[in-house]
Amino acid sequence: MIAGASERETIVITGIGLAAPNGNNLTEFRESLLAGRSGVTAYDIRYVGPTVAGVCSFDELRYQKRKDLRRGTRAGSVSIYCASEAIADSGIDWANQNKSMVGIYVGVTEHGNVETENEIYELKGFDYDTKFWSHHHNPRTVANNPAGEISLNLGITGPHYTIGAACAAGNAGIIQGAQMLQLGECDVAIAGGVSESIHTFGIFASFKSQGALANHSDPAKASRPFDVDRNGIVVAEGGCLYVLERFSDAKKRGAKIYGEIAGYAINSDATDFVLPNAERQAECMQLALRRARIAPEQVDIVSTHATGTASGDTQECAALRSVFGNTEKTLFNNAKSFIGHTMGAAGALELGGNLPAFNDRVCHATINVDQLDPECALPGLVVNQPREAKRVDYILNNSFGMLGINSVVIIKRI
Amino acid sequence: MTPAEIKEVILDILEGIAPDEDLGALKDDVPLREQLELDSMDFLDIVMELRKRYRVQIPEDDYIELATMQSTVKYLTPMMKDLQKT
Repeated sequence: MIAGASERETIVITGIGLAAPNGNNLTEFRESLLAGRSGVTAYDIRYVGPTVAGVCSFDELRYQKRKDLRRGTRAGSVSIYCASEAIADSGIDWANQNKSMVGIYVGVTEHGNVETENEIYELKGFDYDTKFWSHHHNPRTVANNPAGEISLNLGITGPHYTIGAACAAGNAGIIQGAQMLQLGECDVAIAGGVSESIHTFGIFASFKSQGALANHSDPAKASRPFDVDRNGIVVAEGGCLYVLERFSDAKKRGAKIYGEIAGYAINSDATDFVLPNAERQAECMQLALRRARIAPEQVDIVSTHATGTASGDTQECAALRSVFGNTEKTLFNNAKSFIGHTMGAAGALELGGNLPAFNDRVCHATINVDQLDPECALPGLVVNQPREAKRVDYILNNSFGMLGINSVVIIKRI
Repeated sequence: MTPAEIKEVILDILEGIAPDEDLGALKDDVPLREQLELDSMDFLDIVMELRKRYRVQIPEDDYIELATMQSTVKYLTPMMKDLQKT
């Protein structure tokens, strides 16, 4: 229950659909995280050349026709796959569900770069004569495209839109969905985040110019948050969308419940375009903890945001130390070390990989730590091998983004 | 290009636009939209592909000529008779 909103209903997670570079559903993803299996592979993209990336392999044709794939975007496909899987997982009687009371809230880091780059590349072959510019450009690049493709595919007539929140977008999507359920704007929220970012060379090139693009002779070792030899971000694609419902509705239909959204917060650094701010990150975590009405020591697992950049990792660790002190009880892990940075999907996907811990009490590790950066040596950091916890009642999920946006979601076992 | 070759070009374009459809049973004198799942954006794809491949310009007022395979080939024949099929 969110503090200060006692009249509001508790919001719970009743379905999960995901596409990760190392798993096409929660079971596969969790198995990979516990087995230390990376989803990062060698990758080649226009202009940038050979690099590494987290690449998904879900079956696009499970929920779409070939014509749908041609008409839409990769982000749309990821969204449709995740939404369809989440609805199936929720056990909702979809045929009889009032589709006008379903809301779609999809977090994205960016949208439209992929199509714009492709069109300009094509247009070059026509000497930049714009009469050869595709009429598909606008419907593919409007910012609501990934959410809108879900609406079209599933016949959902409730609200649909994306939430642009850089790499905090996955959490922001969840938060938006929870809020809309509490406001009564929908009865079922499909909420989370997606990323198609590996298909735009601009993201790779920009991180490279910034000195923040990871490289390693072994792609599986390229994403290495907290390691002294980290050298940047591994760009990844993926998605994770949740079915969220009011607890009263979920209970009424006897739904399986993954957990309760106990608290959340979003704030802003207001200090820099790209550099993180540990003080604001800590404030964001503290606000979410207050709203969840719990003390830091009650958190069993923290899913960190750390991306494998020196500044980002150490700043987050400083923020974590200021909130959690030197407790060994709270465990810290990181999913980006397995799959890279799934951008708009990251917050939702990384949370998803931790939710099974409510049942199996295992905290997956952060991998690729050959030599731990002393500045990141949190006592509860779970390095390279999963660790069993005595019990797992609360999971706190960090997700931060450029322009200084911080987001935190806390999930409670139910 | 002969009318038969123009028809082959159109079929090739349609294969790309409607990859889930069986074009083998297409009737030349029945409107394409009655036989295939095609919307206005798909018709614009036909226009765009002809423009890209053969620099053929079809004015908007003439889109109606693309209703059936028969009418499409008839309309395009004078415009494409001097072009080589690629």
